[in-house]
Amino acid sequence: MTAHQTIEAKQVAITGAEMVVRALLDQGVDTLFGYPGGAVLPIYDALFAEPRLQHVLVRHEQGATHAAEGYARSTGKPGVVLVTSGPGATNAVTGIVDALMDSIPLVVITGQVATHLIGTDAFQECDTVGITRSITKQNYLVKDVADLPRIMHEAFHIAVSGRPGPVVIDIPKDVQFGKGLYQGPGEVQHAHPYAPRTKGDAGRIAEAVAMIAQAKRPILYTGGGVINAGPRAAALLREFAAITGAPVTSTLMGLGAFPASNPQWLGMVGMHGSFESNNAMHDCDVMVNIGARFDDRVTGRLDAFSPGSRKIHIDIDPSSIGKNIRTDIGIVGDAGSVLEDLLAAWKSRNLATDKAAMADWWKQIDAWRARDGFRYTQDSKLIKPQHAVQRLYELTRGKDVYVTTEVGQHQMWAAQFFHFEEPNRWMTSGGLGTMGYGLPAAVGVQMAHRDALVIDIAGDASVQMTMQEMSTAVQYDLPIKIFILNNEWMGMVRQWQQLLHGERYSHSYSASLPDFVKMAEAYGCVGIRAEHPDELDAKIVQMIETKRPVIFDCRVTKDENCFPMIPSGKAHNEMILAADNRDLGSVIDDAGKRLV
Amino acid sequence: MPDPQPASVYDLSHDEEAESLATFAVLVDNEPGVLHRLVGLFAARGYNIESLTVAETDRNAHTSRVTIVTRGTPNVLNQIHAQLEKMVSTRHVQDVTRDPNGLERELALVKVRGTGAERVEALRVADIFRARVIDTTHESFVFELTGAPSKVDKFCDLMRPLGLVEVSRTGVLSIQRGVDGF
Repeated sequence: MTAHQTIEAKQVAITGAEMVVRALLDQGVDTLFGYPGGAVLPIYDALFAEPRLQHVLVRHEQGATHAAEGYARSTGKPGVVLVTSGPGATNAVTGIVDALMDSIPLVVITGQVATHLIGTDAFQECDTVGITRSITKQNYLVKDVADLPRIMHEAFHIAVSGRPGPVVIDIPKDVQFGKGLYQGPGEVQHAHPYAPRTKGDAGRIAEAVAMIAQAKRPILYTGGGVINAGPRAAALLREFAAITGAPVTSTLMGLGAFPASNPQWLGMVGMHGSFESNNAMHDCDVMVNIGARFDDRVTGRLDAFSPGSRKIHIDIDPSSIGKNIRTDIGIVGDAGSVLEDLLAAWKSRNLATDKAAMADWWKQIDAWRARDGFRYTQDSKLIKPQHAVQRLYELTRGKDVYVTTEVGQHQMWAAQFFHFEEPNRWMTSGGLGTMGYGLPAAVGVQMAHRDALVIDIAGDASVQMTMQEMSTAVQYDLPIKIFILNNEWMGMVRQWQQLLHGERYSHSYSASLPDFVKMAEAYGCVGIRAEHPDELDAKIVQMIETKRPVIFDCRVTKDENCFPMIPSGKAHNEMILAADNRDLGSVIDDAGKRLV
Repeated sequence: MPDPQPASVYDLSHDEEAESLATFAVLVDNEPGVLHRLVGLFAARGYNIESLTVAETDRNAHTSRVTIVTRGTPNVLNQIHAQLEKMVSTRHVQDVTRDPNGLERELALVKVRGTGAERVEALRVADIFRARVIDTTHESFVFELTGAPSKVDKFCDLMRPLGLVEVSRTGVLSIQRGVDGF
């Protein structure tokens, strides 16, 4: 008898469903989000007697994917989703795309009809791998139970390595019932030798530090890549900013990697970013992009984007470098690893930026800051949405806070007026812009951080897209706080209709909103409403102190626009401020109106 | 009325640089759906496919070689290269066109119908191109021709006035000169 046979003889064959559970445990999974159905019942059966895996029953599969995203973003671990075939898989599609666009590691397990039924238009059959091929990093249809252990472990490896993203594993029901030998993560032989480059090229790192040291007006433009690279990357970013003295801005996805209280922080960049960050991006002479992707919300008009600067781009995804913007030095690598090498190269060469030039640069930045681009006037009778977010921030300061958002005006106000000191505290749908992301994401965050204060800063329209997940929050005693900036409009749509479509407000007003307080009560949670500025603080404190899920209906002014704003088709230094908000129709030209 | 200047980021993405043809050889893990993923990548990002050939080339390693001819500006071609390399199933990507050691060949089957002088001329042209006759009737030939794509194009152009009926081409195959493998 050979050694190999001895091992096999000792092992007991288990079912595919049991293999899924074993693999999840071996991968360190403690929580998964899902919804049972015919084609995943064997896996649910295997979960029934498994106390080490906490399954969160959502109310719609989209909620499961966003909850898993929230879990992943707030912990740095992959999020796991389990749904059935057909509608279970198609309902999960939005969240899978969302995770792809924002580089969130997800492993999504879908049930499939039995292999002999595939292609027969069986009940709840759909071509899941076909549908999800273009929206995943990788996907699998498991046709043989012998392949299942390898595919499970490979999926986790692919989801978290390189640029993270979603992986789908479609498992037919007969494969779940089929028996085979399980193999652990160290025992399987991966079919794909997938090992993306994480270490930056030393020559380019040397060129980069030399370029930064010669800069007179440098800027660090950071993105979600720094968050994905882990807390160490955020710590190294702080050190690199300190040693160079350069101002720091970030994309929407990168907020929290650099502390908002640091004097070198300029605020968010982009369409609704700060006046000082956009002007600094435009006028800088060396731009260091760390883990951002020159998204169109950031660059605005491409031919006028930071015209006088040389650009260094650090990204783990080689296809991001040079995609939208030509870069002078492209460095493929993990943000943390490259920052570490940049720091080492800087120190070993005893480099320093030009003090006098930096003083002039900061003087200019302070002049932009003095314009106070986020200025608004709080009303004595009505609550301004900016004021509401600002009060929420002030009253939760110092607490263990995680913030999620939906998509729209409230999202931008949250990014502008809520400030973060640490990474992994801010969960938002940046790339896909998915209304309905925030509430289920809050469920996922709270599952991972049971004692934290988890707030979904929401809009009245977005929140209704996944409102059913309040039921999930109640079932699992998740005291999430849904803070709705209720202006009765799809606010960002209304703003664009005002600015670009001659104030023709086509189908953007919610003529019949639910009573959110009664709705909260119907779900078995707490409803709070604030209508007057004088009661706002007390009501927010009441919300914070409530140890149950809360829906907070914050009635805000209906026609507030989100400023400052880079109008479509304009450059960063053509940003308009709230004070200029008189005749916006004439600011944006016809070509700009065609943009989204 | 035309816009005085392109103000949109999308307008500007149509850069002015000239497009050119490029051939990429891609070694991929041979698994279900891999071709769909690759072709889907081209469709989703608006790239053209001029020709595509694919077959398993190493049965033990389960790898297939895909040769894909596409068109684009230098920027787009760089992006296609990067996107191909990004696929999890991709093992290696080679830009054959921009590689001085790149060799490209294509096989074509060409049916020509004619009698008399035209038939004789068709046979003479075929001889010049070293095309083989693999089927004949009293009024037709099927030629088999191998060569660079431009040679196949030229052959078809010459056959057109002589009674070209039908062309079937494999698409481009490629390999590198010299001792090194993929």
